[in-house]
Amino acid sequence: MAKILAFIKKNPGFAVCFLLALLVLGVAVFAPLLATHDPYEAVLADAVQAPGAEHWFGTDRMGRDLYSRVIYGARASLTAAFALVCIVMAVGTLLGILSGYFGGILDVVIMRLSDMMVSFPGMVLAIAVAGIMGANLRNAVVAIAVVSWTKYARLARSLVLKIRNRDYIAAARVTGSKTSHILWKYLLPNVLPMIVITGATDIGSMMLEIAGLSFLGFGAQAPAAEWGLMLNEGRAYLTAAPWLMIFPGLAIFITVMIFNLLGDSLRDVLDPGNF
Amino acid sequence: MSETGERILEVKHVTKRYPAAGHGQLAADYDVNLELYRGRTLGIVGESGCGKSTLARMLASLEPPTEGEILYRGKNLAQLKGEALRLHRQKIQMIFQDPAAAFPPGMRVMDIVCEPLLNFKRIRRHDRETAAKKLLEMVELPGDFALRDPQQMSGGQRQRVGIARALALEPEIVICDEATSALDVSVQKSVTELLVRLQREKNISYCFISHDIALVRAVSHEVAVMYLGNVVEVLPGEQLAEGSLHPYTRALIEAVFDLRGKDGGRTAISGEASGVPDVSEGCPFRQRCRYCTEVCRTERPRLRTVEEGHQVACHLEFREKRRMEKRRLE
Repeated sequence: MAKILAFIKKNPGFAVCFLLALLVLGVAVFAPLLATHDPYEAVLADAVQAPGAEHWFGTDRMGRDLYSRVIYGARASLTAAFALVCIVMAVGTLLGILSGYFGGILDVVIMRLSDMMVSFPGMVLAIAVAGIMGANLRNAVVAIAVVSWTKYARLARSLVLKIRNRDYIAAARVTGSKTSHILWKYLLPNVLPMIVITGATDIGSMMLEIAGLSFLGFGAQAPAAEWGLMLNEGRAYLTAAPWLMIFPGLAIFITVMIFNLLGDSLRDVLDPGNF
Repeated sequence: MSETGERILEVKHVTKRYPAAGHGQLAADYDVNLELYRGRTLGIVGESGCGKSTLARMLASLEPPTEGEILYRGKNLAQLKGEALRLHRQKIQMIFQDPAAAFPPGMRVMDIVCEPLLNFKRIRRHDRETAAKKLLEMVELPGDFALRDPQQMSGGQRQRVGIARALALEPEIVICDEATSALDVSVQKSVTELLVRLQREKNISYCFISHDIALVRAVSHEVAVMYLGNVVEVLPGEQLAEGSLHPYTRALIEAVFDLRGKDGGRTAISGEASGVPDVSEGCPFRQRCRYCTEVCRTERPRLRTVEEGHQVACHLEFREKRRMEKRRLE
């Protein structure tokens, strides 16, 4: 406990951001407790009501309670964003380490593949992939993963290149370490801090991309409670019922900001000075 | 000399080329031929950039030769792949120049010296501490160093840990690549003495690579002198000071041992190693050699035997050369 207190004292910024992120996570986990209505129950008689005592954030054109939908929307956004970051980190790091350590043909193939991915505008490629695979949230995650693993692969590769010719890697080979052992015990720990920091800072932008795809109709499909989709649904009523866009928009804004700040402060905490 | 021991390592016509910037290739080692005998020390000496370390890395199977073969007990090392290569590594170990760089950051001494043993499942994880203490004792370090971080140790202590790691698998051959160069002279001496003692006890063969000819002479049974990737002279260690013939070896020797105790006796070598020369023709030393003649510019001298265990790659007639040398000294 004393240790935790000392840590908080040393990194107050991180502690605050971490608490806020936990709060957002809590909202997603305990959505059923926090919501005042069923987010999917349409009461057409109550359609497009302004925010008030009964419906805190108002209702949408189907008469669904917007507050409950925004709360439930945190689930979709967070799971999708976390899944996406995990996939991209795992795939990118693995390919990057292999590419950097083995070099040669493997390196050429992986890096040219990543060049190809980078040379497309990411969102357009994601739209194309999502369009081909069919529009739903899972495919949107896969589509964005396909275009964003390159960043991690390049990062991991450059970090591996920095250390692969060190004497201690040579020593590990001479003393009979298996290649898998070298990759796992020597290279991965060197690469991981940087990858985790990048991943944490990326959660926000990943969330934006997912919301963006959903807004364009390539992600979550109605009637799902997803922030991007809700923005799209409210778009037609922007002047008549601005709350339909304001609240999901605010939810995206706040969540993305919290995770961006968390990523930044995590870098300050983990940064041992040699990056 | 050499025929008494059992020949365990043989370097045959080994050439290592790297792609050079722009066009063409750079030969780090050119047609190197060497032999290593059981329980003996082969010293390799030469200035920096002469291909010593590349040779060391090839002997330790860290890099394959471009041409030629390295035979361990008649077995071509370049043909070993995957698990066979890994198993072979137990026989040839290496001590690195900078022990601080050769240890993974954040690992304790115990984990460092036991890693080879764990790699080959010679011990179990919970036996590490006992095994580490035994190894540390062997290199004359207190057993409680096992739990230390090498960062907190002195250079000499760290290099002892490096030696303990290299000897953990009880290899037959140990490649010492500038193993004592990063140490103070006094520490260098004690570490060298340790290496010599361990060689006697365990009948290890060393390939002792250094730029320090006095040190190489002190520890080596045979010495190979390298210049710009070429072996220019091979001779027994005790003959190095008196019996060496190649102009480059003479220059190296005289830079260290003042034969007559006065400056007049020294042959200062002029200029610097001129990068890597055109490897196809001429003697590699031709630009800096005082005896350079027409034939040296056009034809590469091959190693030829002048006496038992003594080979030289030079066009000059040696008797003639020694006479010139004597005349100059007088």
